Amino acid sequence: MLDVEKIRADFPMIRNHPELVYFDNGATTFKPQAVIDAVVHFYEYGTSNVHRGDYALSAEADKLYDGTRDIIGEFLNCRPDEVVFTANDTASLNQIVYGLSRTVLKDGGTVLTTEAEHASNLLPWYRLAEERNVKIEYIPTDAVGLISMDDARKAMHDGVKVISVAHVSNVLGTVQPVKELAALAHEYGALIVVDGAQSVPHRKTDVKDLDVDLLAFSSHKMCGPDGVGVLYGKHELLEQMDPLLLGGGMNARFNACGEVTLKHAPEKFEAGTPNIEGVIGLGVAAKYLMSIGMDNIEEYERSLRAYFVSKAKELENIEIYNPDNETGPLAFNGKGVFAQDAAGYLASQGIAVRSGNHCAKILHEIIGTDQTIRASLYFYNTKEEADRCIEAMKGISIENAIGIFF
Amino acid sequence: MDDKSLLSNPEILRELIMDHYQYPHNHALVKDGRYLSRHMSSESCIDDITVQAKITDGVIDDIRFDGVACTISTASTSIMTDLLAGKTLAEAREIVDNYFSMIDGKEYDDDLLGEAVAMKNVYKQANRIKCATIGWNAIKQLMSESEEAA
Repeated sequence: MLDVEKIRADFPMIRNHPELVYFDNGATTFKPQAVIDAVVHFYEYGTSNVHRGDYALSAEADKLYDGTRDIIGEFLNCRPDEVVFTANDTASLNQIVYGLSRTVLKDGGTVLTTEAEHASNLLPWYRLAEERNVKIEYIPTDAVGLISMDDARKAMHDGVKVISVAHVSNVLGTVQPVKELAALAHEYGALIVVDGAQSVPHRKTDVKDLDVDLLAFSSHKMCGPDGVGVLYGKHELLEQMDPLLLGGGMNARFNACGEVTLKHAPEKFEAGTPNIEGVIGLGVAAKYLMSIGMDNIEEYERSLRAYFVSKAKELENIEIYNPDNETGPLAFNGKGVFAQDAAGYLASQGIAVRSGNHCAKILHEIIGTDQTIRASLYFYNTKEEADRCIEAMKGISIENAIGIFF
Repeated sequence: MDDKSLLSNPEILRELIMDHYQYPHNHALVKDGRYLSRHMSSESCIDDITVQAKITDGVIDDIRFDGVACTISTASTSIMTDLLAGKTLAEAREIVDNYFSMIDGKEYDDDLLGEAVAMKNVYKQANRIKCATIGWNAIKQLMSESEEAA
């Protein structure tokens, strides 16, 4: 088990906001000092562009930037040249959809997904369906958005070219059977795309073991800087995929006749000057998480969540939508209180949570409510913070929600 | 106590918001071609309301609304429908401008705002300003639309 007090000392945001209970880690996470130092150090001592200069500083930037592929390779159990840096999880997914639209979905086909997905794993597919002969079909799920393999099997057919799901759903924290879904996809010669935004920061993700073809996630949800995402892809798939962005740094040569030769993956997907310091910071964040141990992080979060849920269940004014999930955020409402009103009240008590439909706008078809409050924990949160949140949740009522304005 | 001292009592203002939230006024849309209509939803919050107004010869005859929204959105819009009905566009615009000044934390004339002064502290919660202005932005747009059509 991890030493949470030691960990908390690594995070300036925790030190600088001693009164805040930050339970919005599904949205973004705090950064440890080591990540902040790496970013600042690059600005103060290392600034130069990558892959361009003939001087020592530039070579050093290359080493740090490309070195992050090695770190992420270790983090995901993949080859460094299977790690593409993007702007965020959304950019990774858009690149994946574009790439596949010109390979396996070139002549149309079906994409299987679920109604619990985040917008970033639906809207790019929707546009593709609008423009091409591509059909979106949904695998049925249960009341917390979980896919059963029986249903997945029934939904599967020869026309399916891609299964695309979030490993962990962003509202309910439901863990999909990704390994089994990958095997099912491969049985039909289809590919599996995994949105790892809410899973990679919280559990060990071994892409070889899961046998996922393409994976997307964001740096900022795993203690790294904003503006950086990762696209993992099996190398032969990346080589087949076309880049969404064209420009500097990704072509080997081109001439006035418009003949362009692209570099190989991963460079061909990284047109333009990347977020160099952000990528370097991501490397430090991944190392930081590995030093704690992803299994330790998952185990700690499980026990913290179990504690939080057991207390929340005792509250008569609270309805919980996913009490039985073992990981991920707690989705709840104050009975008879609009989610934003309740979240506003919690904010007045120093608790940062999020209300809304959490970019999963068709999820209400599964859980039967348009909006929830989401309390999402991370490994630096504590039982004491859970207790403070519970105390505040007791006070959720329309009267108190209005009371914050007086 | 006169109206004004009532409206400076936080307890009364709290009650007012509660009342307008639980029993919103003019809270049903009509199917009537003479009404202008505006659907308001924002991607940053969950509120999703529609405001209708019947504006004849520069006078707001009637305002109605419906939708799913938080206490502040619902109450602020409900109060607005009472306050602006029967006003000329010029009178309404003055009220609306004063309301936005209040919500922005600037100087305003509370004589013009009636029950809408219940929203006077919303400026302290930046993330809720949208809630307190969603219905008011709708009527602003409808008034402009009416003027352009005239």
